Amino acid sequence: MQKKELLKVNNLKQYFPIKGGFLGRTVNNVKAVDDVSFEIYEGETLSVVGESGCGKSTTGRAILRLDEPTEGAIEFDGTDLLSLSKSEMRKKRKDLQVIFQDPYASLNPRQTVGKILIEAMEIQNVVPRKQRRQRAIEILETVGLNGGQIDRYPHEFSGGQRQRIGIARALSVDPKLIICDEAVSALDVSVQAQVLNLLKKLQKELNLTFFFIAHDLGVVRHISDRIIVMYLGKVVEIADKKSLFDNPQHPYTKALLSAIPVPDPEIKKERIILTGDVPSPIDPPAGCRFHTRCPFATELCKTDVPELRNLDHMQEGHSAACHHMEKIMAGELQPV
Amino acid sequence: MSAEQANSTALKPKKVDGPLKRSIKDFYKKLAKNKSALVGGYLIIFLFIVAIVGPFLTTQDPDFIDYGVKFEGPSAEHWLGTDHHGRDMFTRIIHGLGITMSIGIIATIIGGIAGVITGLISGYYGGKLDAVIMRLIDILLAFPGILLALALISILGASLQNVMIAISIFAIPTFARIVRGSTLSVKNLEYIDAMKALGASDFRIICKHILPNILSPIIVQASLFIASAVLSASGLSFLGLGVQPPSPELGALLSDGRDFMWDAGHIALYPGLAIMLIVLAFNIFGDGLRDALDPKINK
Repeated sequence: MQKKELLKVNNLKQYFPIKGGFLGRTVNNVKAVDDVSFEIYEGETLSVVGESGCGKSTTGRAILRLDEPTEGAIEFDGTDLLSLSKSEMRKKRKDLQVIFQDPYASLNPRQTVGKILIEAMEIQNVVPRKQRRQRAIEILETVGLNGGQIDRYPHEFSGGQRQRIGIARALSVDPKLIICDEAVSALDVSVQAQVLNLLKKLQKELNLTFFFIAHDLGVVRHISDRIIVMYLGKVVEIADKKSLFDNPQHPYTKALLSAIPVPDPEIKKERIILTGDVPSPIDPPAGCRFHTRCPFATELCKTDVPELRNLDHMQEGHSAACHHMEKIMAGELQPV
Repeated sequence: MSAEQANSTALKPKKVDGPLKRSIKDFYKKLAKNKSALVGGYLIIFLFIVAIVGPFLTTQDPDFIDYGVKFEGPSAEHWLGTDHHGRDMFTRIIHGLGITMSIGIIATIIGGIAGVITGLISGYYGGKLDAVIMRLIDILLAFPGILLALALISILGASLQNVMIAISIFAIPTFARIVRGSTLSVKNLEYIDAMKALGASDFRIICKHILPNILSPIIVQASLFIASAVLSASGLSFLGLGVQPPSPELGALLSDGRDFMWDAGHIALYPGLAIMLIVLAFNIFGDGLRDALDPKINK
């Protein structure tokens, strides 16, 4: 079965200018996302993981055009989003929705739940006016809230319930793709599981596609079909869930995976400890961006930027950006 | 019976108030704790009643001239005495209260609305537009308020309307600054991004999602600004640049009394006290309001 590409991101760059000096000239750029390409297939969940500041959320915001990308192309369902005018984009936003991290900041405290949902429908003009309230009640029930709570205000709900309201708001316009920007990181673990299961259920029922931004590998493992690992504004590895967890190729991915706690004190884990800090995205290292912290780094890594490559021993669709994957695999290159 | 009743009402689902009603209740509680603010609030209500109802209750025409009784001190006939034309001071102050307060309030409303709009636009859109607007505001701020008003009146000419215009113009910068700051903090909240992602227009975001959430600093600033607007209005009239005689504006009354300070001090004293009362009431109330609405003092 041919999978249909829903979203295609090509060479996306997002630089934030740093203004300085008396005249407010651009003195430098924060290269938050630097040349990132990937695609999302219809009906799947693609997760992005990486540490803080690696450009995960920025990528999500750029897709939604909440920030205008510096360069690149974003193709959604055949249309280039970046070429759309402001008003055309406004209509297109019906198909792309977002769920935010902080359930306390993502709802207007002065609107009731019903008003929040009805306003969303009103903006995109999706449901006939008279049926909107009824539809809002239905959506609330879909996300596991009580329809009778429609006239309540956000402050009367718990964090998990508020996150459900956020999901309801996103669903109210019938989107195709939902970007979940750390959608469960602010919730406690039991509620996280409930919300993740809700998302999975909704995906199945409504044929939704998720672009899931997270830093918690446990969460990612639970929800994703494919995973992108980002480091300092670049994609270092992209693979389906199984290949990534079973056969990680990039040294950074390996280090990241070794940090997952195993709930068994008997098992001896080999923990790969990275030294040093993430370099500044204002002036990222030349060559491979990870070379300053990589235990396998050679002279080549300091000068040449590695491309994403798929090798024989890797599954189809699995690629990583490291010069020395073969040597590391064969054991020829030892960590320093 | 009454116990049963109490029980049944306790069992009924308690209707939860909306944030507006809840915040009004909260707000009154906090305001009530601050005794001086409550006094200020009641004083304002009292002044409003006097200014609105008072003119219908006074028996004399405020402009009625009777040279037979000029410079008379307070008496049963003329409670606060008479001025140099024999006009009844009590009547004139009651009538003047309304004029002075309406200048202050109307000017604050006009200037406030203009300032709020400027601040919202400046804060929301940012960038070059913001830089240009804020530099213009800085220029306005560089003038002392009364001097700016003086300059404007000398261009526009002295009249009741022009006093209001002048004062509203110098109200703009303070409102614009406060609103811009609040807008900047609210516009970065995630629900604004959520509205953008839904495709809401800028107008909708500003009016429905930003403005309602920055109302409290605006209200506080308005109540404090009314006090200074009243002061400026009477100041301008005192200088002869505001409301023209024989209109009984409080500043003009004060100015009338200036020449007779030694012989008939009451002509200047009572209008002065009236101005002081208005300014004091709004200032105390505004301060209390600020404390009541400030979330940082929230316990």
